[in-house]
Amino acid sequence: MQFMLLFSRQGKLRLQKWYVPLSDKEKKKITRELVQTVLARKPKMCSFLEWRDMKIVYKRYASLYFCCAIENQDNELITLEIIHRYVELLDKYFGSVCELDIIFNFEKAYFILDEFLLGGEAQETSKKNVLKAIEQADLLQEEAESPRSVLEEIGLT
Amino acid sequence: MSDVVEKTLTALPSLLSLDSQPGSTKLSSTSKLGTLIRGITELTSKHEEEKLIQRELVSIKEQVSSPNTSMRQMKELMVRAIYCEMLGYEASFSYIHAIKLAQQGTALEKRVGYLAVSLFLNESHELLLLLVNTVLKDLQSTNLIEVCMALTVVSQMFPKDMIPAILPLVEEKLNHPKEIIRRKAVLALYKFYLIAPNQVQHIHNKFRKALCDKDPGVMTASLHIYLQMIEENPEGYKDLAASFVTILKQVVGGKLPMDFNYHSVPAPWLQIQLLRILSLLGKNDPSTSEIMYEVLDESLRRAEINHNITYAILYECVKCIYTIDPKSDLLEKAAKCIGNFVLSPKINLKYLGLKALTYVVQQDPKLALQHQMTIIECLDHPDLIIKRETLEILFRITNAQNVTVIVDKMLEFLRINKDDYTTIDLVGKVAELAEKYAPDNEWFIETMSTVFSVGGDLMQPDIPNSFLKLLSEGFDSVEEDRKLRLFAVDSYVSLLQGEPGKLPQRFLQVISWVLGEYSFLREELEAATVLRLLAKLLDMKNTSSETKSWVLMAMTKLCERGAGVSVAQEVSETYSSSLDTVLRQRAQELQHLSRHSELRARVLPRDAGLEPLEVDSSLSFLDGFVSEALAAGAAPYKPPHQRQEELAQAKALSLEPYGLSLPISMSSCSIADRQSPTLLSISSGLSGESPDLSHKGGSSTLKLDGVKRLWGREGYLAQREPVEESARVEVPSPLRSPSQQGEADSSHSQTPIPTPEPEQEKQQLASSLFVGLSSQSSVCLMGKSEPTPQRFRRKAKSPGSSSSASEKTSNSLVSTPSTVDNLMCNNLLDSNITSELVVSSLEQTSQLSQGLAAANGTCDAELTDSDVKGSSPSLCGDNAVAAADPAPHEDPCKDLLLTSHLPAELSGLSHSEITPLCSNQSLDLSASHVQKEDSLVLVVFIYNSSDSDIQQILLELDSEEIEVSCVCDSAVQEASSHSVAVCQYSLTVKTPSVHVEVVGTVSYQFPAGTPQSLQFSYKLPLTCFIRPLTVSTEEYGTMWLDFSHDTKQNLTLISDGQEPLAATLNVLKKKLQLHVVEIIGMEGIVACRLLQDQPCLMHCRLNAGTLAVWLRSPVPALPDCLMYHCQRALQEH
Repeated sequence: MQFMLLFSRQGKLRLQKWYVPLSDKEKKKITRELVQTVLARKPKMCSFLEWRDMKIVYKRYASLYFCCAIENQDNELITLEIIHRYVELLDKYFGSVCELDIIFNFEKAYFILDEFLLGGEAQETSKKNVLKAIEQADLLQEEAESPRSVLEEIGLT
Repeated sequence: MSDVVEKTLTALPSLLSLDSQPGSTKLSSTSKLGTLIRGITELTSKHEEEKLIQRELVSIKEQVSSPNTSMRQMKELMVRAIYCEMLGYEASFSYIHAIKLAQQGTALEKRVGYLAVSLFLNESHELLLLLVNTVLKDLQSTNLIEVCMALTVVSQMFPKDMIPAILPLVEEKLNHPKEIIRRKAVLALYKFYLIAPNQVQHIHNKFRKALCDKDPGVMTASLHIYLQMIEENPEGYKDLAASFVTILKQVVGGKLPMDFNYHSVPAPWLQIQLLRILSLLGKNDPSTSEIMYEVLDESLRRAEINHNITYAILYECVKCIYTIDPKSDLLEKAAKCIGNFVLSPKINLKYLGLKALTYVVQQDPKLALQHQMTIIECLDHPDLIIKRETLEILFRITNAQNVTVIVDKMLEFLRINKDDYTTIDLVGKVAELAEKYAPDNEWFIETMSTVFSVGGDLMQPDIPNSFLKLLSEGFDSVEEDRKLRLFAVDSYVSLLQGEPGKLPQRFLQVISWVLGEYSFLREELEAATVLRLLAKLLDMKNTSSETKSWVLMAMTKLCERGAGVSVAQEVSETYSSSLDTVLRQRAQELQHLSRHSELRARVLPRDAGLEPLEVDSSLSFLDGFVSEALAAGAAPYKPPHQRQEELAQAKALSLEPYGLSLPISMSSCSIADRQSPTLLSISSGLSGESPDLSHKGGSSTLKLDGVKRLWGREGYLAQREPVEESARVEVPSPLRSPSQQGEADSSHSQTPIPTPEPEQEKQQLASSLFVGLSSQSSVCLMGKSEPTPQRFRRKAKSPGSSSSASEKTSNSLVSTPSTVDNLMCNNLLDSNITSELVVSSLEQTSQLSQGLAAANGTCDAELTDSDVKGSSPSLCGDNAVAAADPAPHEDPCKDLLLTSHLPAELSGLSHSEITPLCSNQSLDLSASHVQKEDSLVLVVFIYNSSDSDIQQILLELDSEEIEVSCVCDSAVQEASSHSVAVCQYSLTVKTPSVHVEVVGTVSYQFPAGTPQSLQFSYKLPLTCFIRPLTVSTEEYGTMWLDFSHDTKQNLTLISDGQEPLAATLNVLKKKLQLHVVEIIGMEGIVACRLLQDQPCLMHCRLNAGTLAVWLRSPVPALPDCLMYHCQRALQEH
């Protein structure tokens, strides 16, 4: 996988993960143009795109678009399932996830993504195991934080 | 689930505005990030947002650089900085602080620090070097989560040059007890392999270890590396094919833990990865493909559930089936599968179906015929992506008969398409088809005009190049050439009379060249008219200077007489003061040549596009100039290749293409001039002689050379040649109108489908699209030679070669034998390998028997002086020593005596020393074990040392580890005085342990006395039960993966010989009766079995002066026990 983007129906980027080294300028250009292209597509259209020299797989969940660029020989359908599994993970973690969860806790969304995909490849596909790993790390966080004011940090935990 | 998301998300706007809503508590209204986000959502304009973010960034910057900021606050600041960067605002000042956070923070702060680093930097960023120490520290941490974090960041980005610094630590993690660490370590190595394959070359065996990991997740991760390596070198990993097949079989069969299921489909990611690997391994390799057929069939069968994930697997399966060596019944099933995709109402599946069809249509054009109605429907699909893919199919089935319809469809698409990449690609394809299959002049010129206007300045420069070359070189018929050129002139003149301002620059260049070269063909057309039209182009403000120079060049060719000259003079005056030197040069030429018509006629002879010019290649007319310059102190000339060499030495830049092409083209100098004004005429003409090399030059200007052209050959002109006649039998004359062809061909090429009225139109379209497919199919199917017209179209063209039809035939003729060659090669290779194997195994056997003979020899010498015992391989003295507790040696005579009592069927076999078990006044018990090939026999000798006969002797044996069964015919009843009775027992191991012990009781009775009994025990080493296991490397690989119990240890290496590995394995082989399967470099694989047939495999590797031994078996304690014996055997040596 080359990259994954999450953006809203309004075209606001919510999450970006790049697995290929690109300059910031290129990233911005790709993001801008791809978001436009995907948003212009109608709901019943194909989830796969041949865009520039890339293969794009995207899917819309409510107001959020999940969009992946994959290598030429990669399997489109399984990429769609990668997106789906990621949404399932977010949903399980946040408890029926909504866009706001991802906006306000985007670093959590990144942590989950990193536990699920590593270097652009699916590393752990079991929902249970991914969340177990995340929870362990979270637990560490709580232990370390407990002596401090919980209130102040509540938004970030 | 998605419904839930849907619901929650529809409530979003209200949530954003009202803080009191439930759920808003977790939205952290109090946090600073929350405030920022809230602030942004309230803004209405982009400008305001920018102001807000800039303010935010300033405040973040202040805080991060303040020394009073705690790591905890830093963490919060980083999150905000990430957010700002995501919105597109640069926060580069925070990068260094992100690294600091990862370095100094507690675990939780570290986590954010690492995240920020991975989001901010990419692997070439110099700051990343500062992370190396942090990663090193965390890799050594005892905290698993810190190790995880370090591995995660490493597998995303790491500076290439620093890999060696952390590689040992990552390697070490492959042995970590936690599977999550092992898995991440494998993925980190995968990343290293991708960015710096050389750095990890030496640890390929570790990859293999990861592949054999007992955790399927780690194994899955290792497949990424294998896929990559196999892609690069499929030949190197053929031996693994069987293992991959076995794994896939197990996965498909549902043998993996439930955790790996995804929507009740077993490990789909793993399955797809394996299928991809298999297709790489099976490609062009019948014998490797052979072993896959079964599992592929199984996969197709198992994927039944109607879920995306099963379709994903099916799709990969189909791809694999069509990639590997074909098998008809699988192909049939795959084709059916593609059909299901194509016909699916789900658009995603339909798209993939079309894609698969594109993939296979050249092998199996009939499949396209089957689905022609779907293809027609997809051609009008509202989704351009679907449409595009359909055109791709059509492109691959284009032939001389359907070319007009298909090209029409493609041009139609081009007009509505907005994506540049698609345009470039499709324009190239149209041009290719037009050149190959054009039915007539008009169509060709018109199509190319559309290509030029639609493709504009985006298209590949070789399209206009080859078009002009085609036009200038002409074909075999002068008359046809003239007509084609004439038509081009007419068509371009009318274009210029219209609105030339709308035409792209490239097209204008083509037009100028054609008019300059050929407008004389239209006699009624005055040169002055053309000159005026061209001059108009010069005045347009968006004409580029490159185009202008083309126009001036064309004008130079045209300004012959009268009115034309004055136009030329006017223009040349304007441009002779141009700032652009090229334009000024052209204008000067124009000025001079328009004045001297004689000179002009000599410099630019009419219609001499192709006539070779004699050129003084030594440039002798410049000698005077050169000597003058040298005398004035100029540096002597160095030929380009020499300069290149010097350059290369200085800069180590490889500029090979030039070095190659120039010297060759210099040697053969004949010049075709008047072609491209922006190119030095010499070079264009020169490289024309070496078409193959000329591609390598720059492509910024039009090059009219080296481009192979097929149009005309296969099209309407070539058929005038007699050679073409044979081809014409197959391809109905393209001169007929397409509709006629359609009728004619549909009669024999298509399966008639009953048609409802409104379908009529589509049917017609179908018949024009799929015409000629079936006749072609036989040709295509035969060779499976992947006809890629593009490639051979552009490649080596021998001037004056005959028709392309004959080329095509020869191509297919050549390609078929080449596959045959390949097959034969493969077979030859195979047989080589087998014979090698045979030889080596023979060698091994002879070695083995020699070794054993030697061992037996010593054994004999110890036991007896002269008696030569059994020749069949078995027991060695060492075993016997290890076997029984060493007892004081009886005198040899007694041994000899007992030996003679060995049952006849065992006497030929070697046996262990005869060990006394127990004795009293009347009885003397001894025992020995005899190793038979498939069993171990314990022989107990009962010597009656008393003077009376003993009756009712009963021997009972028992053991915890061993199953003892009496060999029936040896039940002893009695032993007469001073004689020996013999009992035989067959032993099998129940639970392996280092030594096994048999305890026994013998009860007996003298005729006149009371029953008496004696107890004894007999100890044997496990090694008596070990036999060599003869397997091939391939089988070994399969078995290895199946076995779950393993142990690893480093053993001492025996290094008396030159090759320590071979010497050590030899010792083990001799002492423990192992079978050495193969020694590959630093590694050796060895196999044995525990009687009856419990396999145990051994993998040894030389590692820093020791032998790293890894034992695997399905039997729990076996590897440990065997390891003990290996260790002892080597110590005793």
